[in-house]
Amino acid sequence: MPESQQPDGAIAGTGAGGAMDLATGEATTLEKTPGGPEGTGPQGKPRSLWSDAWHDLRRNPVFLVSGAIILFLVIISIWPQLIASGNPLECHLSKAQQGSQPGHPFGFDGQGCDVYTRTVHGARNSVTVGVCATLGVALLGSALGGLAGFFGGFWDGLLSRITDIFFAIPVILGGLVLLSVVTSNTVWPVVGFIVLLGWPQIARIARGAVITAKQNDYVQAARALGASNSRLLLRHIAPNAVAPVIVVATIALGTFIALEATLSYLGVGLKPPAVSWGIDISAASPYIRNAPHMLLWPAGALAITVLAFIMLGDAVRDALDPKLR
Amino acid sequence: MGRYVIRRLLQMIPVFIGATMLIFLMVNVMGDPIAGLCGERACDPATKAQLQQEFGLDKPVWQQYVTYMGNVFTGDFGTAFNGQKVTDLMSTAFPVTLRLTLVAILFEIVVGVTLGVVTGLRRGRPVDTSVLMLTLVVIAVPTFVTGLLLQLLLGVKWGWIDPAVSPAANFSELIVPGLVLASVSLAYVTRLTRTSIAENRRADYVRTAIAKGLPQHRVITRHLLRNSLIPVVTFIGADIGSLMGGAIVTERIFNIHGVGYQLYQGIVRQNSQTVVGFVTILVIVFLVVNLIVDLLYAVLDPRIRYA
Repeated sequence: MPESQQPDGAIAGTGAGGAMDLATGEATTLEKTPGGPEGTGPQGKPRSLWSDAWHDLRRNPVFLVSGAIILFLVIISIWPQLIASGNPLECHLSKAQQGSQPGHPFGFDGQGCDVYTRTVHGARNSVTVGVCATLGVALLGSALGGLAGFFGGFWDGLLSRITDIFFAIPVILGGLVLLSVVTSNTVWPVVGFIVLLGWPQIARIARGAVITAKQNDYVQAARALGASNSRLLLRHIAPNAVAPVIVVATIALGTFIALEATLSYLGVGLKPPAVSWGIDISAASPYIRNAPHMLLWPAGALAITVLAFIMLGDAVRDALDPKLR
Repeated sequence: MGRYVIRRLLQMIPVFIGATMLIFLMVNVMGDPIAGLCGERACDPATKAQLQQEFGLDKPVWQQYVTYMGNVFTGDFGTAFNGQKVTDLMSTAFPVTLRLTLVAILFEIVVGVTLGVVTGLRRGRPVDTSVLMLTLVVIAVPTFVTGLLLQLLLGVKWGWIDPAVSPAANFSELIVPGLVLASVSLAYVTRLTRTSIAENRRADYVRTAIAKGLPQHRVITRHLLRNSLIPVVTFIGADIGSLMGGAIVTERIFNIHGVGYQLYQGIVRQNSQTVVGFVTILVIVFLVVNLIVDLLYAVLDPRIRYA
């Protein structure tokens, strides 16, 4: 039934709207800056996609700036004591809502805790949630999506229906329902929730990439030579299908950090005494009129972090997508 | 066309059942529907057993789900924690959220598409670069921060708007909350339109239109825009569902008593009837909107025909 193929494609396209367009919509975000003309690399041996991308990235100021911010964030989330030696849980009510003072550049929050220390220490939870959730989503999503795309048939149809179901549930709503009964104040319930609801997005991308890669001649050739399914998938298809997954996952990392903060703001993400930007913003929002500094510092840190990851994703896409050259 | 619609409607059934069942399981298995009825204290075991029998919670979960859905399709969504019918809550909450979503969608269409066309036609110019940087910043700042900041600046510091929306929630009060709700999608719509316009500008039919001497505004509106809008329509269509569900944050900031507010109350007070009922309606809205979007394709692009 060839004529029924087209509407099917339309269906697959719709549900993925948000996710797919996240990738394509930003396809040409930041123009290549002059100074890195193509072909300046050593002549002779043709470069692989990866070394070519790396060659491009090293000359992209957007990548360098966002990479530097992310490196800094990772360092302070491993060793926050390097730049903030105080204890984020040490508070003096007598100093509540006070502004900037010597030794306390960002002032104090509603409980009299040092905003600078809390903002620096808050990076760890955000980065942990972002990195772990992205790893989980990318592994689960690309495994399921890749297998469904490779084998097709019944399992592929089943996976498409399951992803349809997940796309029909609003994310924040699912978070409120699932996480409101959790009492743990670690990051793991939040990570688990994001993996649970985030994998269909990557699965769709991986499925599409595997289906495209599967039709290439070299895959047919390898199959004709008698290569097993696992060899086809791992040696021939995966390396050629992994680029879109990496791009979407990098951008998703930023949005997962924002999601964690939103859930914490609503009171179901991380819970005190955990130190999180979302919790601090939520606690500061009633006092926004009198002491806006309590809100602006953690909010600024959150925005810069998310921005850095989204810009990194953009730069990586520009480098990995040869169509845009 | 008719056959296609019927096929799509049939395909909706498993998605509808799956999504509602997932939420039903989350609410009823993860939470304790009885706990909310006894307030802050723990329930007395005898009372608990009686309540469980009264609400049919001693039966297996699938049986509860079937009973619930049976009631839903006869128009009975159950009662909320305060004895109000869930349908009553819906009839006050949905019009408010619908107005809010409408304002947000209008912002996406008017502002987003305009900015996208302007930047798409002027790629690499200062306008383009600055709008692109702006969209990146808007995407990076989470909605609740944008909302709080706009509330602080426009509502408190400059006094342009009321910081909180009245229960009537007129359109004029919903302009700023609608902008906040739309902000992230607005940025995506801008980038999507820009990419699409920039790609299609090099298409043959655009060159033909220019070559046969059409005025520029006609080339842009009739030829370029119509073809470039297809991915944008998909995005906005899929967005309607997530806007209505994502309004929880915006409604909380501006104290709007819409769907998000009722859902938040339902979740905090562990009232499963409210939560499942509202989510069921949201899922139906999502599915129907997606179907309409797919049918719109054929209107926008005559090459697409549904057998």
